Amino acid sequence: MMTAPARPRDLGSLIHHDRVHGSLYHDPAIFEEELRKIWYRTWIYVGHESEVREPGDFVMKSIGPQPIIMTRDGHGALHLLLNRCPHRGNQVCTVPRGNARSFTCPYHNWTFAGDGRLTAVAFANGYDGCDMSKLGLGRVPRTASYRGFVFGSFAPEGPSLAEHLGGAAETIDRLCASSPEGEVELTAGFLQHRVKANWKFVMENETDGYHPAFVHSSIFSVAESGIGALYGGQSAAMTRDYGNGHAELDLRPEFRRTGSPLAWFGTSADRLPDYVARMERAHGERARDIMIDGTPHVMIFPNLFIAEIQIFVLQPRAVDETIQHVTALQLKGAPDMNRRLRQQTMGSVGPAGFLLADDSEMYERTQRGVQSRDPEWLFVGRGEHRERIDENGYRVAHATDDLPTRGMWRHYRRLMEAD
Amino acid sequence: MQVDIGREALLRQVEQFIYREARLQDEHRYEAWEALWTDDAVYWVPANGDDIDPEREMSIIYDNRSRISVRVRQLLSGRHHSQAPRSRIRHMVTNVEIEGREGGEIRAGCNVLVFESNLRGETIWAARTGYVLRECGGAFKMARKKIDLVNNDKPLYTLSFLI
Repeated sequence: MMTAPARPRDLGSLIHHDRVHGSLYHDPAIFEEELRKIWYRTWIYVGHESEVREPGDFVMKSIGPQPIIMTRDGHGALHLLLNRCPHRGNQVCTVPRGNARSFTCPYHNWTFAGDGRLTAVAFANGYDGCDMSKLGLGRVPRTASYRGFVFGSFAPEGPSLAEHLGGAAETIDRLCASSPEGEVELTAGFLQHRVKANWKFVMENETDGYHPAFVHSSIFSVAESGIGALYGGQSAAMTRDYGNGHAELDLRPEFRRTGSPLAWFGTSADRLPDYVARMERAHGERARDIMIDGTPHVMIFPNLFIAEIQIFVLQPRAVDETIQHVTALQLKGAPDMNRRLRQQTMGSVGPAGFLLADDSEMYERTQRGVQSRDPEWLFVGRGEHRERIDENGYRVAHATDDLPTRGMWRHYRRLMEAD
Repeated sequence: MQVDIGREALLRQVEQFIYREARLQDEHRYEAWEALWTDDAVYWVPANGDDIDPEREMSIIYDNRSRISVRVRQLLSGRHHSQAPRSRIRHMVTNVEIEGREGGEIRAGCNVLVFESNLRGETIWAARTGYVLRECGGAFKMARKKIDLVNNDKPLYTLSFLI
């Protein structure tokens, strides 16, 4: 049975400043509307330029449930193509990555260049008189990158990527500054962690500084980790709402209090002398401050989570199914650092990760719990009384406050209420 | 055809070791399971293929001995939520083969099917598992265990029990 799509006016009644309705997480009609108004409209993070370094490189990515082929064509330009032969709809690419001069559909041998153009058809005289020039692979109408991070938008027109990122772009700059060469690379391959939960539970949790002390208490105590203290009631860390749904958990006030380079990474400068030397060469006196501040913890709405040492790409596949694609961040020109980034990422995230196994357990329990009939609402009012505006004009609050979640819902509502 | 009794007896010993290891996992006897490892052990579940370079590419699990210990202690804490309540699991082990023997080490392989039941529901895990067993004081210890999940290139649910 088909359910009628939720009407925009209904959504407004489901989202209030301090509470949201449970149906937003489990109503299939709302999910269909989200695909149309968020996933197939706004800027979505797709992949990183370092994943398709050479001409002819391609890698399978996604925008929501849609598979996307990210390619670098023979001239070095990037393309986001849809995996569908314009002839009979067959999938033209079935391998996760590779290098190819062209894609040939196995069904009737139509062949496409790395930019999606149709370059050859079998038994061409059967198409005499047909205009074949428009029969290339479908493409994501707008593609743009920021510091190597490639985004796509299915809307032919709309805000630019720079407008979409707004102030949150600075967090990506901060990440890149932690590389001696000013670039990050994603070269370690992705883990894919599947959860039976709505994507918004995952997105909201990424900047929820209230949960770590409880959800992750087992690993914090076993590993004698100092991370837990960052998210305590007395923490100086802050949440920041950049607008457009982007939010940061800014841990720098805590790291600055200690003032110890690389403490953010659970280590010290003497353990990574090569990295420290390269950073000093690249950044001079600023190097020390960069290494005290560390890399950001920021959720770029709706699907890119930069989590200090790794990135997560959130992919909704159904109203109650989300894939977390995760890989270690690699800082260009920092081999000793990168090895540790990979090791720590493997330990903490993915299906068997010390942290993410427990986060994901919460996502799934929440997905089941929220379908209980009473109370119908989720309360997101924590810290509303102590929100303030920082020196750059962004809303900030305590690390454990729901400020990021409120910002996400404000933006969500704006997107969903548009025609 | 001539039966090599020595090899047959060794195969039985290896099978018994693997069955016991599986039972310790199934019954969540974490400390007894941890005692099966050598000090230089590697516990490895690759992702995106069986032949990746774990020093360069992401694996689902790539634990050295100290990380195995962290894994066990997290399970013992009782606050590892994805195992509280614990999954009910059973390993089915078949196709056990001895693949090589050098020095004091035996390479063995088997097919494994694990049925898991937890709060989410039921999940089936399938793998070829390779062991490097070392004879230490009349018993085997695991120097290496590599679990090649059949679907390690696909999105996987949380894997927080000992596989």
